Amino acid sequence: MTTTSDAGPSSAVGTLVEPRAAGSVPSPVARGEQDLPYRVVSSEVRLRTRLADIWGSHELFVFLVRKELKVKYKSSVLGLLWSMLNPAVVLMVYYVVFKYVLKNPTPDFALYLFSGLLVWNLFSTVLPGSSSTIVANAGIVKKVAFPREILPLSQVGTGAVFLFFQSIVMALFLIGFQYSPDWVYAPVVLFALVDLLVLTSACAIFLSAVNVYYRDVEHLVAVLLQAWFWGIPVVYNFNLVYVELLKHHLHWLLALYLVDPITPLILAFQRFFYGHVNVSNIPGYAHYQVLAGYPYHFFLEMLAAVLVASVLLLLGAMRVFSRIEGNFAEEL
Amino acid sequence: MSVAIDIQGVSKRFRLYHQKYTSLKERIVHGGHVPFEEFWALESVSAEITAGQTLGILGRNGCGKSTLLKCIAGILQPTSGQVVVRGQLAAMLELGAGFQPELSGRDNIYLNGSLLGLSTKEIDRRFDEIVAFAELEQFIDNQVKYYSSGMYVRLGFSVAVSVEPDVLLVDEVLAVGDERFQMKCMDRIQQFQRDGRTIVVVSHSPDLMRDICDNVLVMDRGKVVTIAAAGEAIRVFRERLIESGFAPEPATQDAGAPADGEGSPVDVVAPQRRVKLLSATALYERQEERNYIESGEPISVRVDFEVAAPVSGVQFKITLLTDREALVFSSTSSGSVEGMPLDVGRGSATFAFDSMLLLDGRFSATIEVRDAGGVVLDILDPGCHFEVMNPGRAKGLVGLPLRVTVSPPGAADQPEAVASAR
Repeated sequence: MTTTSDAGPSSAVGTLVEPRAAGSVPSPVARGEQDLPYRVVSSEVRLRTRLADIWGSHELFVFLVRKELKVKYKSSVLGLLWSMLNPAVVLMVYYVVFKYVLKNPTPDFALYLFSGLLVWNLFSTVLPGSSSTIVANAGIVKKVAFPREILPLSQVGTGAVFLFFQSIVMALFLIGFQYSPDWVYAPVVLFALVDLLVLTSACAIFLSAVNVYYRDVEHLVAVLLQAWFWGIPVVYNFNLVYVELLKHHLHWLLALYLVDPITPLILAFQRFFYGHVNVSNIPGYAHYQVLAGYPYHFFLEMLAAVLVASVLLLLGAMRVFSRIEGNFAEEL
Repeated sequence: MSVAIDIQGVSKRFRLYHQKYTSLKERIVHGGHVPFEEFWALESVSAEITAGQTLGILGRNGCGKSTLLKCIAGILQPTSGQVVVRGQLAAMLELGAGFQPELSGRDNIYLNGSLLGLSTKEIDRRFDEIVAFAELEQFIDNQVKYYSSGMYVRLGFSVAVSVEPDVLLVDEVLAVGDERFQMKCMDRIQQFQRDGRTIVVVSHSPDLMRDICDNVLVMDRGKVVTIAAAGEAIRVFRERLIESGFAPEPATQDAGAPADGEGSPVDVVAPQRRVKLLSATALYERQEERNYIESGEPISVRVDFEVAAPVSGVQFKITLLTDREALVFSSTSSGSVEGMPLDVGRGSATFAFDSMLLLDGRFSATIEVRDAGGVVLDILDPGCHFEVMNPGRAKGLVGLPLRVTVSPPGAADQPEAVASAR
């Protein structure tokens, strides 16, 4: 299962390699008149062929996402509207609780909340779904050969579709209340979106594979996500917690707070959507700002760091996945 | 001829867990170490399958034939060794795998087709053909959950064969749908053969193998016993069956409880040796004068056997084959499921045909004896031969009793001419 060595055509499950493209690689079989593509099934899987496989199945990915959406809202009257209604209700509840019960002083709190929820909703809906996806699709995993990474990835794809619909709601929200996003930060928010998709894919692929062996994973994920939600600045302000943790010398918790890869993504989204609200001096909260007061380049640096980490995680996840994938059919 | 599938020393190890610990807690409780036994489902299997050939893989349940097929398909990764497959491959391991009951037949064709490696364009192009072959034109926009099981597998088969692969893997799925659809499936398989595609069929039915395979690979306990022409391989397979007794293996017994000599019967006879078929003879009148019977004459086949240990529920089975090994007739000694008990000693069984309706040809009779559990105790293959001569003018395999009645015009009530023919 080396990812580096490039000797011989011993490679992935389900790879189609054009013999011409394989070039100098000696074919292990006699060449017939017609140069048919060949593929090799062995325990060695290389990352590059793996990626080629996954790309080769992009149409399957589209069909799986479509299936997911269709099955989810089959015979429901509102159909895809539910994908918007659900977060809308959550938004309303949080808004009422934090604005009126807990007296959160953040102006335009709904907008602030929504910005963060866009990120969190994708992450938190994809992970539980993808944890169980291999097990749930045991029928095809045991009987059909295809790159199984497609299954968790199609969960990410489904989540991305929901994110798209929620963004439409966000756009309507902005237009309706005549807010203007901070357009300067548009590249930053797109960057954050890429980070988010890569990070989520990495987690999804890893969790889906591990869950085949340890079925606890899907339950563990649900619990962890509950706790995680309160560790990121969605309902509260980044600086508030930062200052409090610093004040009480909770350095390890502070480190955890700062190293959370979701946080920079949320900050970027908030900076873009909420950026126009210039609040640095709210009575009683003079010592901190609503938004993280980082300069533009710092956002880019943070997001670049998250991207690097996410790509590494993704590669690691794919390695783990392809290592144990060969036994899925027997474990399920 | 080029090699379509090259199986190079493929081994596959399974881990048999005594008890499956799939939760984290259980793993921690057992110190992260789960007791398991290693089990080699395949042991350095090598074979070359030339393009255009139809290969059958024959073996008992659990001999590794499906595992081998899954390794070729790429569903399982071999523990060591590799399989090189040239050309596009499609595997029919289960028809309609991955069908979504909530989706329409149309959506499922696209989903299933793309699972099998078809592009959207290819599915678009073949869509009508797929629907027509499955005979589901009326129902294609209905949800699959409303389909009958027959419709379900028909659609599955139809999508699977539309892939038009260079290499087709088939796992016991040909017996689907009603008889007419089965014939359509066989037609399609034969079409594939004529097109020069490579086919690998897994089955434990020798008859199917005889019908469609050029060569047959016989497997036993994860190893290749032989690769040979169908007839020869089936003979080897039958011999193996008898040798290994076709009985459940005693491996399930605990290793900690070995056979403790005392208390056990004096002489335990292996199940396969409890009844031994000695010889089979074809008997008919005028046997001294000629070495054939005329069609319609009586003939009987007598089998002599020896019983080494008392056995209950014995059934004898006779199978008549043409000299091209096509099945003509097969039946067991008793109509009921329970057979008869036999005591130690010698005996004989006679299969008497009051009138042998077969027409010309040389036929062989294969005799099989099984016990109550269906375990094959012995086989005589072939047990004996006999030749039939047809004195009449009828052609074909069987002389069916026939009376021809012609009513000429104007004499509708009274048949004028009655001819009997054979």
